[in-house]
Amino acid sequence: MIETDQLTRCYGNLTAVDALSIRVEPGQVLGLLGPNGAGKSTAMRMIAGFLVPTSGTARVCGHDVSREPLKAKRALGYLPEGAPSYGEMTVREFLQFIVRMRGFKPDAGYRRFEAVVQQLQLEEVLGLCIDTLSKGLRRRVGLAQAILHDPPVLMLDEPTDGLDPNQKHAVRQLIDVMARERTILISTHLLEEVHALCNRVVIIARGKLLADATPAELEARSRYHGAVSFSAPGSGMSQEMLGRLPQVASIEVDPLDGRITVFPKPGERILEPVETLLREQGLEVSEIQLERGRLDEVFRQITTGTGSVGRVEEGHA
Amino acid sequence: MNPVNAVLRRELRSYFVTPVAYVFLVIFLVLAGILTFYAGDFYERGQADLQPFFMMHPWLYLILVPAITMRMWAEEAKGGTLELLLTLPLTLWQAMLGKFLAAWLFIGLALVLTFPIWITVNYLGSPDNGVILAGYLGSWLMAGSFIAIGACLSALTRSQVVAFILTALVCVLLILVGQPQVLDFFSGTLPRRLINAVAHLSMLRHFEAIARGVLDIRDLLYFLLGMIGWLLAGVLLLDLKRTR
Repeated sequence: MIETDQLTRCYGNLTAVDALSIRVEPGQVLGLLGPNGAGKSTAMRMIAGFLVPTSGTARVCGHDVSREPLKAKRALGYLPEGAPSYGEMTVREFLQFIVRMRGFKPDAGYRRFEAVVQQLQLEEVLGLCIDTLSKGLRRRVGLAQAILHDPPVLMLDEPTDGLDPNQKHAVRQLIDVMARERTILISTHLLEEVHALCNRVVIIARGKLLADATPAELEARSRYHGAVSFSAPGSGMSQEMLGRLPQVASIEVDPLDGRITVFPKPGERILEPVETLLREQGLEVSEIQLERGRLDEVFRQITTGTGSVGRVEEGHA
Repeated sequence: MNPVNAVLRRELRSYFVTPVAYVFLVIFLVLAGILTFYAGDFYERGQADLQPFFMMHPWLYLILVPAITMRMWAEEAKGGTLELLLTLPLTLWQAMLGKFLAAWLFIGLALVLTFPIWITVNYLGSPDNGVILAGYLGSWLMAGSFIAIGACLSALTRSQVVAFILTALVCVLLILVGQPQVLDFFSGTLPRRLINAVAHLSMLRHFEAIARGVLDIRDLLYFLLGMIGWLLAGVLLLDLKRTR
């Protein structure tokens, strides 16, 4: 479990993290989302015990990171931003260093070493210098370091940053497998990641918590939530007809590809009526889609206070 | 003490993986030899002892020890590995001690590798090997003090160059402070008791006392307390960085 209570960190006049209170339970994968410079890394560094909070507390598995730092650090697996590691060491030396630091008995340590090497598919690069590895491999070495002691709490700062789609997929699968019974906190600015990984999202900007919800709840805040979009050449007539449907609030046409998006009035479902109408009109619709909502739009709305106006609920804290 | 051991082994290995160790050993051994025979009048003195050899050590350490210690923390701070290291389950003290011991053992190795000069002097005459042993001990203690200073000042900055210069500066001050020329310079302006006190801070004075074969507990304490003090200051600096 990770708990922070009014966690605050100032750099001179700048408040990087402002009274952040969150609680992550076992089984949760919480995505800490925010623009660059929002305070994600600073918050994580305080939870990991690297930075001392200006005020407030952070606890890992019930251990206050300031008062019982060693107990908190033992319960935590942490991947710092950019996955730093000792470049002049080989992957094997580096992971064996971590084994020793984590205080394993030799044979138990060796079993864990073998297990993570297999889990992250590092067998082939064990003898290579970390300096010579690609970004993706380095990230995997960092992950191996973080999960080596099989910690109950895992905190990963931008775990898939700089990875190619296949590597991202592999890392996400790994996190998925680890997620059961563990507490996982990841930071990211990739919205797709939230879909793929998290069952809870916290959005912060300028150090403040702005939203705490499930990905689905956030999507429901988008004006695209429940909208229907389709492509149909020569549908000028039907646009007018669509506009007359009682459930429809507005219609937009993408100027580039001519895709039509129909927005519902609050609380209305419009997929069926729109489909019926199109069929009645005898229009060839190549493909029709019910939108879940667009996270990027919600993200912009929440973090900048602007974005498109629509069915925007008040951002609750 | 497991984490201390882990840090120590990692540091030592990193010396030998990068050229640092070999460059240091070669330069140290070559310079120690050359300076002893040419600048130290090893033969002309006509005495079978290693005084000229040991008297070169403070000046060798002045250049070479900061080169070893400058990367100790500055490199970790710059490369981001400091965050990795300090979020592993170890205390700042353990991390500092591991790094310090690695460097100190390394210098110990360099001293051991000067054994041909000890063989030479035993071949040429019959020196007092007890005094020579004391000389080695004094030299190693002095190296430890320099390393502790370097470890502390490396924690102060992310720049290795700054760490090097600051360390060399502090070390040269501690060498020179007891020299008669320096003390004479201040004798007019400062009270006599203060000058005496300052003279006792001189590293050279304590080193020379030990190297003459006189093992006085006060000289030993001077080095040991100095090391602990500088390492403590380094730990405090690192801790302060976490709050800044």
